[in-house]
Amino acid sequence: MIEFSLWDIVRNLLLAARWTVVLSLVSFIGGALVGTLLLFMRIGRRRVLRLFAKYYVELFQGTPLLMQLFLAFFGLGLFGIDVPAWLAAGVALILWSAAFLTEIWRGCVEAIAKGQWEASSSLGMGYVQQMRYVILPQALKIAIPPTVGFSVQVIKGTALTSIIGFVELSKAGTVVTNATFQPFMVYGLVALIYFALCWPLSKSSQVLERKLNVAHRNH
Amino acid sequence: MFDYAWLAQYWPVLLKGILVTVQLIAVGAVAGTALGIACAWVRSLGPKWLRPPVTAYVELIRNTPFLIQLFFIFFGLPSLGLQMSELQAANLAMIINLGAYSCEIIRAGIQAAPRGQFEAGASLAMTPFETFRHIILVPSLQRIWPALCSQVIIVMLGSSVVSQIAAEDLTFAANFIQSRTFRAFEAYFVSTAIYLVLAILLRQVLIAAGSFIFPRRSGR
Repeated sequence: MIEFSLWDIVRNLLLAARWTVVLSLVSFIGGALVGTLLLFMRIGRRRVLRLFAKYYVELFQGTPLLMQLFLAFFGLGLFGIDVPAWLAAGVALILWSAAFLTEIWRGCVEAIAKGQWEASSSLGMGYVQQMRYVILPQALKIAIPPTVGFSVQVIKGTALTSIIGFVELSKAGTVVTNATFQPFMVYGLVALIYFALCWPLSKSSQVLERKLNVAHRNH
Repeated sequence: MFDYAWLAQYWPVLLKGILVTVQLIAVGAVAGTALGIACAWVRSLGPKWLRPPVTAYVELIRNTPFLIQLFFIFFGLPSLGLQMSELQAANLAMIINLGAYSCEIIRAGIQAAPRGQFEAGASLAMTPFETFRHIILVPSLQRIWPALCSQVIIVMLGSSVVSQIAAEDLTFAANFIQSRTFRAFEAYFVSTAIYLVLAILLRQVLIAAGSFIFPRRSGR
């Protein structure tokens, strides 16, 4: 029987953690792009688009991410494409993050006082100008802490892609466990690596919130 | 292209899966919130020496995936001699998970309590714990009830992961059906729809529970 040193285990887990990071980045950036599009639909003036964005968010927030992954995996296959796990994982996670980011950002836009809209329209600004010069710059500032906080959810969400066969940190944990028969240590290490990825983000989200709140009070 | 004929034969499997999911979230919500209240008390008012371990617990759970917590409990703990059935492990993982998240939510509610209430309790010769129990706790819970409801729903949806340790919940039922009928998309589509309905129902139940536990709110 082959013996595995602690370093063998840690090295393999860290190598797999790269894929967790890559998938998280892809999902977060893709989700932000789709989410921006949905946000403009959600707060725009066209009723049909508003309702579409609203039900999109409800649908993705009201069903398990795991089910969305399965549906992406088997649903894309219905079009006759041979779906690799990374594609299904990427698509599902992008659509899922988009729903949550839309909802977070909508809250931020709605938190901007009504007077700001009225003031800018009294200056003769159009909708796009109001957004560009008045609303979004302010909304962006309060959006930063919860957005950073949500990135933690994305990283944790990528763990589920191991179930449809994408090899990242969680899957590597299972594979290494099957080779070493040391689930306690291996899953403990996996948890620590996730913690090392997520905790700095959680903390900076809290710090940002405190900082930006202080700035808000000084107005 | 789509074929739902299997529903006629396999609906009892789905039903059993739904019941297990409902049982998991019922136990998880009640025990998890109780754990959350205890931890929130420690972190905001409890003895100083207990705070670091509770803080570590909360941070560790909030910054690691539920799947890994579940695997650690189900596969890792037996090597310490703690053997559990799939359902027990699933229940325990959900309680521990919700405990950490609800702790932070409830703590926010306690911190929003006016200082005067603590002073009023003290002036009536109540101990700090009595003040917490009889004066602070219920209004604090009422304050954060909507956030707590959302968290319980998130945990319910997250519970689909317990199928991975072969706890026979709704997702397990869907996996089982797709392996028998090869109707993968349809099986997951139906169970996704059931999850959506469960989430909507659960929200209604929690809101109703809220107005039952906090009746004074409607009187105002």
